[in-house]
Amino acid sequence: MNDMTAIAIPDGSKPDHWATDQEVRWCPGCGDYAILKAVQRTMPEIGAKPENTVFVSGIGCSSRFPYYMETYGFHTIHGRAPTIATGIKLANPELDVWIITGDGDGLSIGGNHMLHLLRRNLDVQLLLFNNEIYGLTKGQASPTSRTGTKSPSTPFGSVDRPVNPCAFALGAGGRFIARTIDTAQKHIPTILKRAHANKGTSFVEIYQNCIVYNDDVFAAFTDKKNAANTQLWAEHGKPLLFANGTKGLRLNTATVELEVIDIIEGATEVVLIHDETNRMLAQLLIDMPFGEFPMALGVLYCDPAPSFETAVIEQNHAVAKGKKADLNALIRKGQSWTVHDAATHKM
Amino acid sequence: MVPPGIDRCSVTASRAKAQPRYVARVLGRAIHFLLGRRRGAGVGKLQRNGLGDVSVATALKDNFESSARLSNHPDAVVVRFAGDSGDGMQLTGGQFTLSSALAGNDFSTFPDFPAEIRAPQGTTFGVSAFQVNFGSSDIETAGDQPDVLIAMNPAALKTNVGDLRPGGLVIADTGEFGQRNLAKAGYTVSPIDDNSLARWQVLAFDISALTLEAVKPFGLGNKEALRCKNMWTLGLSLWMFDRDRAPLIAWLQDKFAKNPVLADANIAALNAGHAYGETAEIGGPLRQWTVDAASVEPGYYRTITGGESLSLGLVAGARLAGLDLFLGSYPITPASPILHALARLKEFGVTSFQAEDEIAAIGAAIGASYAGQLGVTSSSGPGIALKGEAIGLAIITELPLVIVNSQRGGPSTGLPTKTEQSDLYQAIYGRNGDAPLVVLSTSSPTDCFDVAIEAVRLATQFMTPVMLLTDGYIANAAQPWLVPDMDDYEPFPVVFHTEAPAEGKFNPYQRDAETLKRVWVKPGTPGLTHRIGGIEKGFDTGNINYEAANHQKMTDTRANKILGIANHIPDQDIDQGAAGGKLVVVGWGSTYGPIRKAVEAARARGLDVSHIHIRYLWPLPKNLGDLLKSFDKILVPEMNTGQLKTVLRDQYLVDAKPLNKVSGQPFKIAEIEAAIDAELARKG
Repeated sequence: MNDMTAIAIPDGSKPDHWATDQEVRWCPGCGDYAILKAVQRTMPEIGAKPENTVFVSGIGCSSRFPYYMETYGFHTIHGRAPTIATGIKLANPELDVWIITGDGDGLSIGGNHMLHLLRRNLDVQLLLFNNEIYGLTKGQASPTSRTGTKSPSTPFGSVDRPVNPCAFALGAGGRFIARTIDTAQKHIPTILKRAHANKGTSFVEIYQNCIVYNDDVFAAFTDKKNAANTQLWAEHGKPLLFANGTKGLRLNTATVELEVIDIIEGATEVVLIHDETNRMLAQLLIDMPFGEFPMALGVLYCDPAPSFETAVIEQNHAVAKGKKADLNALIRKGQSWTVHDAATHKM
Repeated sequence: MVPPGIDRCSVTASRAKAQPRYVARVLGRAIHFLLGRRRGAGVGKLQRNGLGDVSVATALKDNFESSARLSNHPDAVVVRFAGDSGDGMQLTGGQFTLSSALAGNDFSTFPDFPAEIRAPQGTTFGVSAFQVNFGSSDIETAGDQPDVLIAMNPAALKTNVGDLRPGGLVIADTGEFGQRNLAKAGYTVSPIDDNSLARWQVLAFDISALTLEAVKPFGLGNKEALRCKNMWTLGLSLWMFDRDRAPLIAWLQDKFAKNPVLADANIAALNAGHAYGETAEIGGPLRQWTVDAASVEPGYYRTITGGESLSLGLVAGARLAGLDLFLGSYPITPASPILHALARLKEFGVTSFQAEDEIAAIGAAIGASYAGQLGVTSSSGPGIALKGEAIGLAIITELPLVIVNSQRGGPSTGLPTKTEQSDLYQAIYGRNGDAPLVVLSTSSPTDCFDVAIEAVRLATQFMTPVMLLTDGYIANAAQPWLVPDMDDYEPFPVVFHTEAPAEGKFNPYQRDAETLKRVWVKPGTPGLTHRIGGIEKGFDTGNINYEAANHQKMTDTRANKILGIANHIPDQDIDQGAAGGKLVVVGWGSTYGPIRKAVEAARARGLDVSHIHIRYLWPLPKNLGDLLKSFDKILVPEMNTGQLKTVLRDQYLVDAKPLNKVSGQPFKIAEIEAAIDAELARKG
């Protein structure tokens, strides 16, 4: 990073322009590095301006993210990033606001705010780095940890059932839900661009490998060797295929369940076409049990609705229209009377 | 809760516009009412009613010492309306208060209602009361003891009569004194019949029957008809104090504009109550009193509650700062009136956001401040507790923020609808780490306006959160307010930092050398991108910094910035008495009224006592220590177990003595006056 004052980044900027001079303090090999790089790569592609961009985060490894982006940034408190982002966006809707959170920050301590952010549909991009573990506090089970996870706080294995972040987002009324992987360098910018283009809360879950406390927890589908057979990248208007086009998803209309079918000689007629505006289909894709099914990735749901800050500001304008902001008149409203000076009859 | 009548009435008044109605000359001043009346809104035809069963406890009258009886021409009168939660007592009290304001009296009110919205009918815990003290002299409290108690049922009588001045008047609706209601209130025999009310004058008659009779022509159902009882009672009260009914009639017509039958029925009830007083020749305690208008400073007045006044002050402060106002709030008693008031003022650049919880409310306010608006959050004690961590964030990121705490009885849920001032420790000390902020307090409903402006000034001029302490009593009580002219206020426009440094990197924590305040940069400003957060940052860079010496320096800087604000606030003044002497009574917040009146009374008896009332609780005024040390004794009355007392002892090593009350009720003047006597008599 150029250490001079000229922080203004020219249009058509390079990804490096979006990096700060701060030393990145994640563990070597952490999946966060790849996500940071992908976000920095995306910025010039979406024509972002540093001064109009704000990264807001909570607490946790992922939440250090704003310090590494040469934009405005606010590293807030645990779980509360959506609340601060709400104030920022309502105060200045022109700002492009990104929320960075993790599975503990966003779904445990901040679950309530996540719920309300999604139902209100504030126009922000929310990146949830899911590593199924508490990293910064040294490895306790998180709300996305699978049942049986052994950790310092669950030495005999966790007994509670995990939350599925995308299912939560959909249930909360989210209108844009996508899922990707930290190492999917080609795909992340594509998804981030879509998320950015959506006016409303764009919820992006990123499977992120914690190399220290939960290494390879996603290897079953992130391992490159098996990727083709275990990853299904959903694309709007295209058949839901994987395994190099040899397998696909079909809807069993009798049970209203998905089924994996083999594609014989390219006959894809019975394969479901991905319709990202179909909430039912999104639910089915999100809930597919991995193993029996591939992991559904990409933009799983996108059905835009009016955004919160637009509605608030429109109402503010509509109600204020034609009214004069006369403070003296305002404080004089109400049941009133005047006391005159008897001697002069003057007030 | 705002007394319901006041909001509604303001609609009427503003719509009806200033039409001089009549001019009364009292005490050498002409009082010119601006309250208009809709065309055609006349006093309805008086109906003659039967008297019903009137039982006046005449036998007891002779027992009263004449001094215990209210004269026909008192300086001030305290009336308490008490009834079931559903009886409309807050509304009745609010409307009666307005009639006092319009008669030129000074006044102060005390609405006292249960936490339950509508408790089971007839129970003692469902009693709602409204007390108003009005008079021709300076009124500072809602009055120690009612002179008149209007009890709409046995439960209201039972829970309130003990407060009534001996010799005072009880008006009771015998229509509600059936066996069922008596049992609910815990009476085996009606107190009207068993001589247990011998200390008071009792006027008991069937208001229910008289109301039913009065509204009969309108064909209402029994339940609806009985709901007009409060207007009947109000009518009688208006007669007792020789008040004009016309404004009330206009208000009823407006309130029930969509249901003229209800309007007419209520007006008929009001008129019937009034006519009852006029025509019932029952003698005894029912008679008219004359309370002269108060001798007050000329000017334009309105009635205002603390909640309204504080909301208007916040808006005024934001305008003086040149900022839009963002309120993040979550409903909580008794703070909600501020959310309700600000939600309506969109043309003044106000955005109100009802958040999902207290934390989100303050989070959004902090976000708005970060983005360049004036962030405000409003709550009461339990909510402020939830906001604690976020307040720390606003402190370490040095963002302006106004946090209003409408205190109530605690701990935990405590007494949601009762008043207390027990959040002072929470305000000054109640956060993790060394987390200093500015703490201000309001002492009366009208005082809220200026204190709110001051909170905005300090928050924006010093880049700090400001905690503004008010309480349930102030929030709900109403006072006459001499409305100021906004042109008399000095603006304090915020200047955002926009200049990129000539060389080197921009440090968002660069400070003013004198005040230590950091620069305020709005996101969206080119060339000044930066990151802030809750982690300690380097003094010279603003980057994350964990070094020991830096943390020491930053902690000291944050503390010194707040302490330095003492150079930019007024010196502590003395409300009454000399600077130095035998005893000073030191208060803060809503104890102002009773302390003022108690000190006034003690001084009138020749006692050497002064009154200091502290608005700036942190930092404390620079001269306060010297001032306190100029007195032999210091007495600190507080509606807590001694919080300011502890602060004063800690800050100045003075022997401040506490006088504490945590009953959920304000201090009585007599309680403080007795403590003054005791303290002056105490040796040592």
